[in-house]
Parts: sequence; C-alpha cells; structure tokens
Amino acid sequence: MSYITGVGLTPFGKHDGSSTLDLMSRAAELALADAGLKRADIDGFLCGYSTTMPHIMLATVFAEHFGITPSYAHAIQVGGATGMAMAMLAHQLVEGGVARHVLVVGGENRLTGQSRDVSIQALAQVGHPTYEVPLGPTIPAYYGLVASRYMHEYGVTQEDLAEFAVLMRAHALTHPGAQFHEPITVADVMASKAIATPLKLLDCCPVSDGGAAFVVSYEPTGDARIRVRGAAQAHTHQHVTAAPALSELGAEIAIARAKQATGIAISDVRYAAVYDSFTITLCMLLEDLGLAGRGEAAARVRAGHFGQHGAMPLNTHGGLLSYGHCGVGGAMAHLVETHLQMTGRAGNRQVADASLALLHGDGGVLSSHVSMFLEREQ
Amino acid sequence: MSELKPAADWTSGTEAIGYQSCRACRAIQYFRRSFCAACGAPDPENKFASGEGTVYATSLVLRAGTPEARAHVPYNILLVDTAEGFRMMAHGANDLVIGDKVTARYQTFTGRLVPFFERTTP
Repeated sequence: MSYITGVGLTPFGKHDGSSTLDLMSRAAELALADAGLKRADIDGFLCGYSTTMPHIMLATVFAEHFGITPSYAHAIQVGGATGMAMAMLAHQLVEGGVARHVLVVGGENRLTGQSRDVSIQALAQVGHPTYEVPLGPTIPAYYGLVASRYMHEYGVTQEDLAEFAVLMRAHALTHPGAQFHEPITVADVMASKAIATPLKLLDCCPVSDGGAAFVVSYEPTGDARIRVRGAAQAHTHQHVTAAPALSELGAEIAIARAKQATGIAISDVRYAAVYDSFTITLCMLLEDLGLAGRGEAAARVRAGHFGQHGAMPLNTHGGLLSYGHCGVGGAMAHLVETHLQMTGRAGNRQVADASLALLHGDGGVLSSHVSMFLEREQ
Repeated sequence: MSELKPAADWTSGTEAIGYQSCRACRAIQYFRRSFCAACGAPDPENKFASGEGTVYATSLVLRAGTPEARAHVPYNILLVDTAEGFRMMAHGANDLVIGDKVTARYQTFTGRLVPFFERTTP
C-alpha cells in the first residue's frame, strides 16, 4: 500500500528570476512540510524534465541542490503524462519496498526562462522529425487535427469545446495561485484569436512558470489517509500520424486496466482530475474515461455536472487551461488539488465529497496515458 | 538487416510519396524502417503511392512556430488516408474538409518540398 502524505504547489504564472531548480525546490519544501517529513526521511526521488534546463541527470542535480541523498532516484519523461507516471512509479516503489518516502517534483520557468518561439518549437519536436515536423505543425495543430476528426465523428461543436475553457476559468477564479483571474464566456472563447483550427487561443493552455511536488509514503504521516488504490498505463503511439482510431485511444485502455486492477467502477468516483492541455483534450478524455457519454461531455458542463457543487467536480483549481501549465508540474497540480479536496483543505473550493478520486494524465498527442484512483481511508 | 537508405521521395526532395510493404506479413508502413514494425521481418519492399487519398483530419495553422513558417500562414495541415492504406501528414488546399477525395501535388514550404493535396478532379 502507499499513501500520498504531502503536497506542494506554487502559484503558476510569471516567476521572474526563478530557475527550474528554484521552482522545484519551493514545491518540494512545501510538500515535505505538508507531510511532516525532513529531508533525511526521503529515500526515493523522482522528477521530470525541464525544457529550460535540459540535463541528462536532472534527478541527482536536484537531489544535490536540495540536499537529499536518496537510495533511489532518477528523472522520467512521458510528456504531459510525466506527473501521473511518476505518481504511479512512486506507488510501485513504495509497494515494492524499494523506498519508504518518495519525493516527486516537477517545476520549470517555462514562461520567463525562454522566448515563446523557443518554447513552441521545443514542444513541436514531439512530432516526427522526417514525416511531420518539416510540415510546420505546432502542438495546437496536432490537437487541432484530432479535434477536427472528433467533432466530425461525434457532432461536437466549437461552442461545446468553449464550455471547457469557461469551466476551467470559473474554477481558477476561486484559486489565488491560478495564472488567470478574469472571467470568460463562451463568446469570449469563440472570439479569441484562431491558433490552429478549430482551436482558438482560449482553447489552449498557457505557458507558465511554476512547480508542484508530492510525497508518496508507505504509511500515513499524519491524520490524513489518502491511499493510492491503483494505477495503469497505455501507450498506443507517439505521433498523431500513427494514432489509432478515436475509439481505440489509450485513455480507454488505461482506465479499463485501472478499473480491473482496483475493482473500482466509474460510478464509485466522486472527484475527477483530468489532463486538459486543450479543450478538446479534456472533452475527449472525459468521454474516453466514461465520465460522460460520447459527445455528451459539453452538455454535462452546461448542466453544472463538473462544477464545484456538481455530481463530479473536476479540476477545481482551474486545470492546465486556467491554473496554468509549467510542463511536468502542470499536471501534478491536478494531484495536489485532488489531495487538498480529499483532505478537506480546499477552502472556498471545497467540494462536498472527494472520498474517491480518478486522476488521468496524457502525454504527446494522446500518446501516453496514466489513470490512477485515490481513496480516503476511513 | 540492410542499411536503411533515405527514401527517394518528398522527404529527400523528390516529388513522390514512399511507403513500405512487408514481404512476410504484407503489413504496410509509412514511417521508413529497415524492418516491418508489425512482424519484425527485415527489408520491407519500398513502394511509391499513387498520391490519391481521402482527407481524415484538417487543421489550418494561423499561429506558426517558427519565423520561416510564419511567412506561409495560413497553411492547412492534413492527415490523409491514402488509397494504399496508410495515413500521412501533408499540406492541402485551405478549403478541404474531412471526407474529400484528394490528389497529391507538391509545393515548397520553408525551403523544402512538401506534399500538397488538392480536391481530386473527376
């Protein structure tokens, strides 16, 4: 068994002058304090990558900098799924007796540490170097392709997609750490600048500075007992050109494996934390995971289903779309918020019941998927 | 396994679309390799596609990622399901929609030859 014993999250947005290591350290310090642990207690360490600080050994660079000497440490790279993949690995390391307290950290000055062009170019390299990148696609274009097909097959409209941006913004308004604090409407999303059809500026998550961290432990370190019930992955392709049919994407495979491993059904879930790099990502993943019927997720947003007081509160911090996206730490913020909700510490964002949560991360162009269930033990 | 030479197609500046066909399991693949990704058999046969296909997905890019690409906006990125059965990324006319039957031509984009699909004329 393993437990999430502490979480840490910085505000997202601009952190002028902060480096990758600064933001990672800040988040790690918060997570350690939250878990009530000292540096010497940490015997496992996992981190992601940083586009502003590429390094072949980022985990030990950070460990030295932060002042820990773990018996197990390395970085992993699964794009946007990295945070959830690290959570799964930390869980398995603890279950396997490899480590007792695994510190997991992501952070990057992605907004202020490089120009926007450099950031966009770096991310576009997830495309195939021979068969895709020479055509000048961007990350929004990869997802725009998927969106065009999803809308074609399931009758989803641009106004439907806009609902997800509006929902995430409404949630971000209640969190002081979010990058965006101005309310938006469907009309605002529709009127925002076209980026790569059908996606417009407000369909896309921003580039942010920020950091997030959590600790996965063999036993609770305080009163909270937030247990990892199980997790599963699926990796069907890397490049959108090689993606399977929409009905065969990895989210459905990962969630089926996670359900089978834990015996948990979607009807048991009370809180959802779902990767939302673009509005289409969130729409598709909600439907792939079974949190809405095919083509029905937007209607559920309009009905308040995914709101703070709805039947399935979703990304109550504002998600990548409005809390922000600093790379690896971006999706880790979903887990931090989930933990705050499960432990009754979400303040004005608190939902009625977050006793069982589903978390899902996606990397690449719907390439890599990690599904995880967390449960609050009585 | 023989050494993999670059395809004599658009990826190396020639007006053609190459793909590979496995001599053992007959699987086809667009991304060039020295083996079949389906069964692992070596030396798949190199073939050229007819250039006919159907639009699977489209995204018109208005915010390009590089200064070189910015000179071309808007440009339409397509996924095309070829008549031979593989899917490829390409450029195409800005008014193409999903399901359109298309034929490959070629254009220069940021100094390189790229496939550019237009609606097939009957």
